[in-house]
Amino acid sequence: MTQDASATQPPALEMRGITKRYPGVVANDHIDLDVRRGEIHALLGENGAGKTTLMNVLYGLARPDEGRILLDGEPVEIAGPSDAIARGISMVHQHFMLIPVLSVAENVILGSETMSNRVFVDRAEASRRIGALAKSFGFALDPDAKVATLSVGQQQRVEILKALYRDARILVLDEPTAVLTPQETEEIFTLLRRLAADGRSIIFISHKLYEVLDIADRITVIRRGKVIGERRPRETTEKELAELMVGREVELTVDRGISHPGEPMLRVEGLRVADYRRHEAVSGATFEIRAGEILGVAGVAGNGQDELIEAIIGLRRSAGGHVILDGRDVTGFSPRRMNEAGTGYVPGDRHRFGLILAFPLYDNLVLTSYYRPPFAHWIVRDDKAILDSARAQVDRFDIRTPGVNVITSTLSGGNQQKVIVAREFDRSLKLLVLDQPTRGLDVGSIEFIHRQIIAKRDAGTAVLLVSAELDEVMEMSDRIAVMYRGRMVAEMDGRTADKSEVGLYMATGGREPATTEEGATP
Amino acid sequence: MSGLAADARRLLARAVNLRLLQVVAEPVLAFVFALIVGGIGIALFSAYVPGHAAFDVGLPIAAYGSLISGFASPNGITSTLVYATPLVLAGLGVAIGFRGGLFNIGGRGQFLIGTVGAMAVVTWIGKDAGPWITIPLALLVGASLGGFAGFIPGFLKATSGAHEVVTTIMLNYVLLFVMAWAVIGPLALPGAPQPITADVSTRNGDLPIILGRDGHLGLLIALAAVPIMWFLLFRTTIGFEIRAAGANPDAARYGGMKTRRLIVLTMTLAGFMCGLAGATTLLGVVHEMTPGYDTTIGFDAITVALLGRSNPIGVALAALLLGAMRAGAQTMQIQAGVPPELVDALQAIILLFLVVNVLRRLMARRKRRPGKGEPAAAAAVPVAGVGIE
Repeated sequence: MTQDASATQPPALEMRGITKRYPGVVANDHIDLDVRRGEIHALLGENGAGKTTLMNVLYGLARPDEGRILLDGEPVEIAGPSDAIARGISMVHQHFMLIPVLSVAENVILGSETMSNRVFVDRAEASRRIGALAKSFGFALDPDAKVATLSVGQQQRVEILKALYRDARILVLDEPTAVLTPQETEEIFTLLRRLAADGRSIIFISHKLYEVLDIADRITVIRRGKVIGERRPRETTEKELAELMVGREVELTVDRGISHPGEPMLRVEGLRVADYRRHEAVSGATFEIRAGEILGVAGVAGNGQDELIEAIIGLRRSAGGHVILDGRDVTGFSPRRMNEAGTGYVPGDRHRFGLILAFPLYDNLVLTSYYRPPFAHWIVRDDKAILDSARAQVDRFDIRTPGVNVITSTLSGGNQQKVIVAREFDRSLKLLVLDQPTRGLDVGSIEFIHRQIIAKRDAGTAVLLVSAELDEVMEMSDRIAVMYRGRMVAEMDGRTADKSEVGLYMATGGREPATTEEGATP
Repeated sequence: MSGLAADARRLLARAVNLRLLQVVAEPVLAFVFALIVGGIGIALFSAYVPGHAAFDVGLPIAAYGSLISGFASPNGITSTLVYATPLVLAGLGVAIGFRGGLFNIGGRGQFLIGTVGAMAVVTWIGKDAGPWITIPLALLVGASLGGFAGFIPGFLKATSGAHEVVTTIMLNYVLLFVMAWAVIGPLALPGAPQPITADVSTRNGDLPIILGRDGHLGLLIALAAVPIMWFLLFRTTIGFEIRAAGANPDAARYGGMKTRRLIVLTMTLAGFMCGLAGATTLLGVVHEMTPGYDTTIGFDAITVALLGRSNPIGVALAALLLGAMRAGAQTMQIQAGVPPELVDALQAIILLFLVVNVLRRLMARRKRRPGKGEPAAAAAVPVAGVGIE
């Protein structure tokens, strides 16, 4: 294959007039997309804009109602994922499809094993070939390492390796940087550029505008199932792209204003928490948040953030240390007592913890207060009070719903999150614990929720914001702490913190002896 | 602009109503399908009914016709209600379990131990205490023993995670033999040639007849239980907690509910209702017990709860439907020559169709909620999602 991407050659992939209707919604409305050989093509759009549907059509998971797909100018019918793979189309999902107990090589060859004979897999041969393949694209990866021991960034490279092993000509990456540190992102970008230079085509799905501007050769913006525009990075700005995406003017960053921190509100001292396997996930976390201050905790997912939050909020028993709220020792309080002590909590997994999706909206709005007046007298629920309060909150928090008795699962993700925000924010709070409060939301909802957080802070609440999205932490926090292997390894001022410095702490825990409390890094 | 918003609102409201329709549609469809399959079955074997040729398409119609005429008479209506009474009570017991995310298969054992409790009260104090004390106490003790039989698997699940499907089934056998032992031993009528208990009517223990020939007071108990259970589930904080813990235990815990305690409470209430069904049946219908006494109510109640969508009103309707089928079965045999076991077959087919739907819904749920973190903590009861609407 030559690297010739001249205009006379047909594009590697053409999707013409792709239309896919689902009951009550046109997910893709005559979408045209062409991707040239050696091109990195970004697909930009809000959640529910139709990106995923389009990629499912490409991958054979959904059949288009109208439209054609052409590969290298030849019309094709893609029957299913295995057909797509056979035609050189590969997808790297946001959630990795890897088996942690198997080695890198075993994961890569899974489904297309090299057999030494009819029964046995030729592991040595597979391992050798995969090592060579990785090297040829300039990244080092031990083919015999167990996937469970790899970092998230390395796991992603295994996923890409899987695609390359199947000789993918067209690579689809669905939000590949969502879980990576800035350094890992930079590394993956280097790899992607190299793959493009090798003549492969890459479809890059993201909602991080600056990343798209950095990596893409061309950008296609989709809104409500339609192609809204196509841009080249040189000719556009983040602001323009955001407006194309949302369809109105947006403020990309909420002005968080100046904080006026008061007395210390939350003090966590030497907190130790075990995870569900009884491994110590939080090993002596110590920090303090003052009233009217947002402390952002950055860290790669899985460094003890979940356990830290659950221990503070009372969902998980701590093994040692203290949690002190407004001068009162609240260590080991149940979720209800924490709630009554003035704590609001927005959980990271809103479907698992935050909401009962099968219940109507009004029930979810009283999930933490259903038992106390005015919502209940003794054990009898006061439906009128519940409904009145629900209606008022729907108005005040701009929850877009046809009524308060709508089943919660039918709301969009942004509105579901607003239900939680309404429930948790709508009273005077001492402490607000936020676990990835805007994960997976559209730009409009993010803007709204960020404003609410700032308002809460300005009302004197201590805010603990934990997020794997470094951008959110950087943008919102008055102070930033980095959590690494169960400890707070660094703390810095939110205004002056440098992103790559934070990223370095996230990735390594800080190499300088001054900040490393133990030689944790290998 | 506002007109458009109003239109959208109306459309969405209709979609919500449509959901309600779907909720009703599934059990109704299951019933209709069962009738069709049962009808095909009757036609296939019509040659075995005297006076009918093979593959007689008329026979199913005649059979269903006589089934209807069987319960559509004054006596038929009374016996429909009598058959429906334990189904309502035990059906509510299974339904509250479903609401709480628990599959109570222990209805049989809870029913039988409820019978023993009622029998013991009648046997030991009936003669001296008179009906005003005997009957309420017998019902209460019977129901409470049933509640205890539900408490055990609930406690085991809350403390050790032992699955209630397994423990309730095992308890069924234990309680079956406890009952047989009680009938042979402490509750046996002295001097009887075969082991048998006293007849409750000889000891002030029989429920008064309030309707027709055999419509006993238990009808009113079942009638009262429906709104009480509805109120408990939908108008109290306890019901909210039970439903929340059933629909999403993690969110319930987050909301400050004590989910382990709720498991015990739900199972105890479930057992209480099944025990009450047993006690009512003893005092109102069967009046005496032999060591071979047994019931299918525990399992029929599962059909009732599924068919009734675990909604108390739905449960009452489903119990009436199955009760009517039972009441009409005799007439069907006499008039059309079709054996009354057809009713069991129909009931089984209904259950089959309902379970198929349940499985479909379950799979949809799996897809929606990929497991994260602690696998056991989700307390994912296989059939937990049943009937939660």
